[in-house]
Amino acid sequence: MNICLTYFAIGIGLFAFSALFALFGVYAERKVAAFIQDRLGPTETGKFGMLQTLADGLKLIQKELIIPAAADKILFMMAPAIIFIAVYMGFAAMPWAPGVVPTSLNLGLYYIFAIVAIETLGILMAGWGSNNKYSILGSMRSVAQIISYEIPAGFALISVIMISQSLNMQTIATQQGILSVEGTKFLGFWNVSKIGGVFAWNIFRAPHLIIAFVIYFIASLAESNRAPFDIPEAESELVAGFHTEYTGWRFAFVFFAEYSMMFLVSMISVVLFLGAWNTPLPNIGSVQLATWTTGITWGIIWVLVKSLLLVGAQMWIRWTLPRLRVDQLMNLCWKVLTPLAFLCMLVSGIWRVFLM
Amino acid sequence: MNNNKVINGFTTAWKGLTLTLGHLFASNAKRKVIPASDNNYFKQLEGTNTIQYPKQSLPVPEVGRYQLDVEIDDCIVCDLCAKICPVDCITIDSIKATEVIGQTSDGSKKMLYAAKFDIDMAKCMYCGLCTIVCPTECIIMTNQYDRTVFELKDLNYEFSDMTPEDAAEKRALLEKQQAEKQAAKLAAMQKKEAGQ
Repeated sequence: MNICLTYFAIGIGLFAFSALFALFGVYAERKVAAFIQDRLGPTETGKFGMLQTLADGLKLIQKELIIPAAADKILFMMAPAIIFIAVYMGFAAMPWAPGVVPTSLNLGLYYIFAIVAIETLGILMAGWGSNNKYSILGSMRSVAQIISYEIPAGFALISVIMISQSLNMQTIATQQGILSVEGTKFLGFWNVSKIGGVFAWNIFRAPHLIIAFVIYFIASLAESNRAPFDIPEAESELVAGFHTEYTGWRFAFVFFAEYSMMFLVSMISVVLFLGAWNTPLPNIGSVQLATWTTGITWGIIWVLVKSLLLVGAQMWIRWTLPRLRVDQLMNLCWKVLTPLAFLCMLVSGIWRVFLM
Repeated sequence: MNNNKVINGFTTAWKGLTLTLGHLFASNAKRKVIPASDNNYFKQLEGTNTIQYPKQSLPVPEVGRYQLDVEIDDCIVCDLCAKICPVDCITIDSIKATEVIGQTSDGSKKMLYAAKFDIDMAKCMYCGLCTIVCPTECIIMTNQYDRTVFELKDLNYEFSDMTPEDAAEKRALLEKQQAEKQAAKLAAMQKKEAGQ
């Protein structure tokens, strides 16, 4: 009984978190966009326009839910739920702090990768179910893009797993700091098990993982359909892509999913490459910065700060770079990122065998 | 070759990113509103560009060329403005007065009543020709540019200060005078005929 309640509490907590993050994310996105473009963004609703997304959400809830007459009703109605649930379930295996993880899965990363890929199905259902040429074009592009980019993303992740020798997200997180049991080496020669900090992060344990990180970051932009890889939505070509026909809270759910996805992929990058909940501050002699800033509260803070910085970088990129054409997108994926990801995997193997 | 393109792609993307980062952390204060005549107007390249319109507005010169306005007391109802208007947005209905009814501020005699002096601002194209031809300079352009209405007919500005009753009375007077003149003319002709 109690365990059941805990599960519900965790589920509701994660939902509340993704909803709150979506509210904050949309507001932040609009402000970042405005400041980059020398505007002010929302200023009227609440102090500095902080209640703007809440007001938008209330408006969306009140809107009529329109189902196009020619739509496939079941697919059309199920799609937003599947899109959102796929992303939301991904949070289940993410570690937040030492000992704090909703489910400590041995197959954590594999599970996340698999469940997030279901979002593609939801997008295809949305596009097909809408019975609208823009929607179907958008969803076809989305599927082509997400499936292509899962290959470099997957190989970038595999190169991490070869170093960490585990698919459990919590184990991968623990290895990158002072709580590590098997010890960590900075660049393969300097033992930093007691020093920790930024030196113990995966990108510094094996420096080729910096390249893997960049590959994963680029691929994750494509997987969350964000500019410069937003061709599935491409306002200037496809109205709004796969969610053209959605209104009211169904549209809100698609949006929720996009913002939750942004946070989820950032958090995956943080856990796998940037030391998860480990502090960036090292122990220096008797100044035990790393020991002082490790713990449950600190862990949650570090994860949030690092993930939000990456989300900020995603927004920054979105408002800077123009959208890629379909062929450029595929070029980048197959001719640049995939070979580089293979190379990273190869280096990972060599690194593991000879330097760890 | 391909390698160079990739590196070039990343360096140019980075260049763009640094540019936007600069703007992101540039001043986010509200823009200071200074008139276009100010020496620093074109130097305001840093910081926020937008003007928070209803709360802030760009100062316009006092002699702006926006909405039309008519000083009807100075109008001699010559109809020149209505004639020159390229889009026919001015409609004037004049009634001859039975006598000189007054003077404009520049001393011209007023011989006509303006029963109707309407300017349809929805049609106006702000060319200003009417203000040029006006002999008494009673039709002018003002510095008022912000006008939003809920009904299209509210954009039809009526400048005549005569009520329909007034106009009817003046028309009746004119008719009476004309009838009298006609009668007098007739009488004179009859007298002339009788005299021969």
